[in-house]
Amino acid sequence: MSSQGDLLHVVTLDRITPRRVMLGKVLIWGSTLLMGIVFLVLGLAEYDVISLETTNWRAGLYAYLVWATCICVAQVVLRGEQGKRTLFVLPATLFVVAMVIFPLLFAVTIALSDWNLSSPDGRQFNGLDNFRQMWADPFYWNALKNMVWYTLAIAVEYAIAFGLALILASEIRARKFFRVAFLMPLMLSPVAVSWMVGKSMLEIRFGPLARLARWLGWDNPSFFSSPEMARFIIMVMDAWTFIPFMMIMILAGLQAIPREVQEAARVDGASPWRNFWEVTFPLMLPVSITAILIRIIFKLKLADIIINVTSGGPGGATDSVTSFIFREYRDRSNVGYGTLLAMVYLVLIVVAITVFMKLVDRWMNPRYLK
Amino acid sequence: MSEQIFHDHSSDLAYRAGWLSRRVVIYGILILWTAICLFPIYWTLTTSFKLAPDVMKGNMVPWWDYTPKWRGWKSLGLSPDTIGTESTVRAEFLKRFANSAITAVGASTLAVVLGSMVAYGLSRFRYRFGFMRNPDISFFFLSQLILPPVVLALPFLVLYRQLDLLDTRIGLILLYTLTVLPIVIWIMRDQFQSIPVELEEAALVDGLSIWGAFITIVIPIALPGMVASFILSLVLTWNEYFFAALLTSTDAKTLPVMVASQTGSQGINWWSMAALSASAILPLIVIGIVLERYIIKGMASGAVK
Repeated sequence: MSSQGDLLHVVTLDRITPRRVMLGKVLIWGSTLLMGIVFLVLGLAEYDVISLETTNWRAGLYAYLVWATCICVAQVVLRGEQGKRTLFVLPATLFVVAMVIFPLLFAVTIALSDWNLSSPDGRQFNGLDNFRQMWADPFYWNALKNMVWYTLAIAVEYAIAFGLALILASEIRARKFFRVAFLMPLMLSPVAVSWMVGKSMLEIRFGPLARLARWLGWDNPSFFSSPEMARFIIMVMDAWTFIPFMMIMILAGLQAIPREVQEAARVDGASPWRNFWEVTFPLMLPVSITAILIRIIFKLKLADIIINVTSGGPGGATDSVTSFIFREYRDRSNVGYGTLLAMVYLVLIVVAITVFMKLVDRWMNPRYLK
Repeated sequence: MSEQIFHDHSSDLAYRAGWLSRRVVIYGILILWTAICLFPIYWTLTTSFKLAPDVMKGNMVPWWDYTPKWRGWKSLGLSPDTIGTESTVRAEFLKRFANSAITAVGASTLAVVLGSMVAYGLSRFRYRFGFMRNPDISFFFLSQLILPPVVLALPFLVLYRQLDLLDTRIGLILLYTLTVLPIVIWIMRDQFQSIPVELEEAALVDGLSIWGAFITIVIPIALPGMVASFILSLVLTWNEYFFAALLTSTDAKTLPVMVASQTGSQGINWWSMAALSASAILPLIVIGIVLERYIIKGMASGAVK
């Protein structure tokens, strides 16, 4: 990930006249001043110091857009060719800052307040009350515990995906057909899947899977009444949509392994089993780690299927953190508490993923000295 | 009767038997998994042509154990006999479809444009924004992938309400762009790093500017990667439900939200739900079959170094 391609080295002669420097500075400070004034006016209007016709902050958005454009133009005016290079990265940076950094800061202030969107009181600062409430909320801890289970299910998904990728990489006929067929679940929207599979195929009376279960000897199939079973079904549905994703990454990795390595192992008399464990699998480790990491990241966002199939039930047994917060907002429209839960979740994720990557790094490095 | 003189060695026979049984197992697994992957789609498509008794009896194969009827599609106003007439359901459906299409295409386009620029810049030039060098900037963008949508959801709900962007397509487009941007940057960076830098050097010597070289020389070469990231973004944004459910209500509601709301209110109206689901997934199934090459390319890049 950190590898850097060849850099393009260009020597340019820029003559930037004092007037251009002036113009650039005027652009930057002028637009900043303009944005400041707009926000000041809007802020004053918000607290009823002055009265405006409109009550929304749309003008602030436009001011930000103008400011961002002026900053980009000023780069070229002030710094010539160097500025044109900055222009590749700057627009996206401004976009992400506006869309992530600012809302995150905003989220911190929301998280520390009691804010019910449907009540007329508006935002009430309440310090760490939300945090205390979270600490005593068994359903949130339950959702976190479920997330651990859901994440652990990735191990099984990985094994299945690896097996399928091995088969697809071996010499088979109609490989393209099978590849397209195996890819299909990934293309379907989780909402459609939750109807197609969760609501209709698993329908107890006449869903085809219930019929199959009855035919296999399960007299009274019920898929969503016991907590373990419901959780298992959610895992299966999620696995069904995302196994193709891991499979294709692993397949790409398998095809990138040079043939000579495996041929050499075979000439040396390795059995297929040993060939796999001592040649293929170690070579696939970096790809596997990437695939698993991305899969974990996607798994942590799991919500759509749960919201639509079980909406967390029975008794919160299938809740993921995302679906829990979603319902928390839907039922009580309490923005403050929901945001705090989400922020805690974010911190946990960042810590967990950092630890995971550090462990992987430590585990990989003795064998693969860089 | 003459005695057979030459025999296959017993180990050869065992080898062939082993080979055959292995083939059978491999194709058995392949066919089983194909069935697992395709059966739900088959089930949805056929159910949309069934009547209530067909569903109850569990009939599976059209024309063999039941006669296909247009009932499900009729309830959407999309069957042959209703296609010419006025239909409020169809108007509603088409509006949702258009919303989904516009937000998905808009967000993917924006993400590919912004993402390609960032990826190109980071793979070719050295930057310093304060303490941030190139690897830090890369990390800044790629780390957005870890951010779960739920963290942004409620702040955006409040912000969009203030900005009067709730229930607008532009609001969804901005948010979707944000969610797919890291993926695009990841794919495109890989793509640009595989393009030799000499190409641009030659173009610069011939008098093109940096941006001229980027647009006329580099982009045409990197086009397959751009298509791959575009398709991948399209799939993700078309299927997005969480943000759409929170941030839209009437005007900008997308297709997944419509599908989800139907399951709640109408009970089990099998044929029309099947028709609705089928039409929600059909565009992507077509894309999946036609552009499979690009999707696989997109997901594979970054995995293999």
